[in-house]
Amino acid sequence: MNNKIKKILPQIITVLFVLGIFGFFTFNAQINMDNRGIDFGFGFLNQESSFDVQFSLIEYSGSHSYARAYLVGLLNTLLVSFISIIFCTILGVVIGVARLSSNFLIRNSAAWYVEFFRNIPLLLQIFFWYYAALRALPLPEKAEPWFGVTYMTIKGYYIPAFIWNNLDIFLYSILAVIISIIFINAYAKKIQENQGKQIPVFLISLGLIFILPGLTFLIGGVTLDFGIPVLKKLSKTSYIYEGGIGLPPELIALVLALSLYTSTFVAECVRAGIQGISKGQKEAAASVGLTPNQILKLVVMPQALRIIIPPTTNQYLNLTKNSSLAAAIAYPDLVLVFAGTALMQTGKAIEIVSITMLTYLSISLAIAAIMNWYNKKIEIKEK
Amino acid sequence: MSSLQLIKSNKQNFYYFLYLGLFLFSISILDVSLNAFLKLNITSFLPDILSIFLPLIIGFIGLNFIRTEYSGIKSLDLINKNINTNNFNSILTLLIIFAIIKATPPSLSWMIFDANISGDTKEACTGTGACWTYVKVWLRRFMYGMYPNDLHWRINLAFILVIALGFFGYFLRDNLKKYLALYYVIIYPIIAFLVIYYLISGGSFGLVWVETGAWGGLSLTFIVSFFCLIFCFPLGMVLALGRRSSLPMIRYISIGYIEFWRGVPLITVLFMSSVMFPMFLPEDFFMDKLVRVIIAITLFEGAYCAEVIRGGLQALPRGQYDAAKSLGMGYWKMHIFVILPQALKLVIPGICNTFLALVKDTPLIFVVGLAELAGMLALAKTNPKWLGFAMEGYVFAAIIFWIICYAMSKYSYNLEAKYKTER
Repeated sequence: MNNKIKKILPQIITVLFVLGIFGFFTFNAQINMDNRGIDFGFGFLNQESSFDVQFSLIEYSGSHSYARAYLVGLLNTLLVSFISIIFCTILGVVIGVARLSSNFLIRNSAAWYVEFFRNIPLLLQIFFWYYAALRALPLPEKAEPWFGVTYMTIKGYYIPAFIWNNLDIFLYSILAVIISIIFINAYAKKIQENQGKQIPVFLISLGLIFILPGLTFLIGGVTLDFGIPVLKKLSKTSYIYEGGIGLPPELIALVLALSLYTSTFVAECVRAGIQGISKGQKEAAASVGLTPNQILKLVVMPQALRIIIPPTTNQYLNLTKNSSLAAAIAYPDLVLVFAGTALMQTGKAIEIVSITMLTYLSISLAIAAIMNWYNKKIEIKEK
Repeated sequence: MSSLQLIKSNKQNFYYFLYLGLFLFSISILDVSLNAFLKLNITSFLPDILSIFLPLIIGFIGLNFIRTEYSGIKSLDLINKNINTNNFNSILTLLIIFAIIKATPPSLSWMIFDANISGDTKEACTGTGACWTYVKVWLRRFMYGMYPNDLHWRINLAFILVIALGFFGYFLRDNLKKYLALYYVIIYPIIAFLVIYYLISGGSFGLVWVETGAWGGLSLTFIVSFFCLIFCFPLGMVLALGRRSSLPMIRYISIGYIEFWRGVPLITVLFMSSVMFPMFLPEDFFMDKLVRVIIAITLFEGAYCAEVIRGGLQALPRGQYDAAKSLGMGYWKMHIFVILPQALKLVIPGICNTFLALVKDTPLIFVVGLAELAGMLALAKTNPKWLGFAMEGYVFAAIIFWIICYAMSKYSYNLEAKYKTER
């Protein structure tokens, strides 16, 4: 009896405490909102937003609703995170491998790269790229082309636009390639296990990747044009490029800062993963006659990835959360568009901040759930 | 007996190859250096493409010549083993050396030779390099924000006192050492808070009141991160114990709390503290902006701290718990006397890393209008008298932050190494 009370009493107290805090906050919020004449509700999401966003992936203007503004912000956040994740992975893997190089200079340059970019606050790096480095770029009319058709200017990076005809057929062909490669892989594995024959899967896949989408150009009616950016005079002193895609400088600064900063952490994960494989594994693989390539592919990588992937995903998650610093340089991401402009206009502080936090929270929890599932799957199964 | 044999050294012609290789290697370095430092192109008679790649080719051949398995010459073997193991490595080596040589003159001339530091106005900056005058003039603002100039000694004194109190524990007598945890977890934060409150805020003891809106610069970074650390540590400890508790409600609440704060970005938490928090408080209850920010960051970092401490708790072998229980200790006795002292020692490096992340996160408080170092830079760069010096300001701030963070990360790394050997 005594024991039971000992177990239940603290729980009841804790729950009451938490409920008390929530109740206190709700009570105060009720009074405060009544006094200021604000009512609680999510009806504002359907109202006309009447503010403009500089850069958006979907069609958007002031006549659209707040819900649409939310979507614009969310897509911009996802865009910048996606691009940065690609770059930081490439950089991180290269630097992580370089840190284990036998070459003294490479090893140390990689180590200093990591120490340098890791120990400067991300916000400062974003500011540096945006306010200092990118401001030193030329004006549009003075810009020299890079690679002939792209222009790096103070107003942004202008790249050619792709103008597709019958894009859907092309996409279906790529889907077909992916599916057939998966089937060929499975088939080749089966053949090898049953008969010991090896099929040149890589060459077949490579051929498929080029041939199938290529065929759609020849007979599927798919065409691709490039919209090349051309200089256009807006007024006497103001020029702009038209016809291509203009990536705003905010986006470039963010991608630069986020990928350089996060790549240092990815590099450390990669290094730890490769170092985590004991030397005996490689020696054992070599002694059963595997070639160096096979050792890397069949022995080292599968084990290293098991160590590398979970912390790296964590870094991707951090990157996505850090992308909210975009608000500091006015890149229209979720925080700036929704928790900034929309909040200022509607005054619905509680609703908007909760929606913003819940959005990030659900992204995090979704990725965490996928990671847990993945970890379970790749766990070493001991008998 | 192929051509490969011809260009590989053997015992007889080893020294010819060595001298030739070193000669070619130094020629390539010399060419790049002349190019970088004196803007001389000694190979300008060659076609452009060849002129650019010539040092690389010559250096590559040179390194190829001096590569041997073992020569007996110490420095040569060191070179071969470290930067010249195979062709691919030697090319990378050359590229890195060239990059360093190429980058040195412009950065040196920008930072030092063409830079200005004299004078107090923008006009003093006549060179093409950095204008350190800007940093010099604004230095007090960068360090102390808008805090009145003649009162800066109060901030300095407060910091010295707080640091001195922090070291106080080291000099305690042995029989008092058992109260060390009590001192650091409860007494020290209170004293530090009082010192900072009475010295920096003022308002009593004949000191002039300075409102928190005037605080700023690097000192604000320290104040915010210091308070957040000392407050988030106990919070993290409670949450970590809660997460490992056997009582389901307490465990679920702790997990929910930790996962919630770890799932949202700090910037939204700061938004919450500035726009949502006042709505949750009684109407006539005013809370200073700085206090709200410190509370918000503490709640946020507490979750991270909890995970670090949980790691330490989990690292303890089960035997410790069993032994404590078999001695008849209850939950609190077991944790206070057996588990926590060991676990907390394990997590000091992790806490150090959390603190590092905290320091790197504090510039974010500028979104709610508190101007610490990054915020002061943003203010200074829009000052009409000092337009166009953003680069100098950011380079200066980056150096300061880098030194602080690098020192801290090295410290935590050393601690980690130390504890690893002790166990």
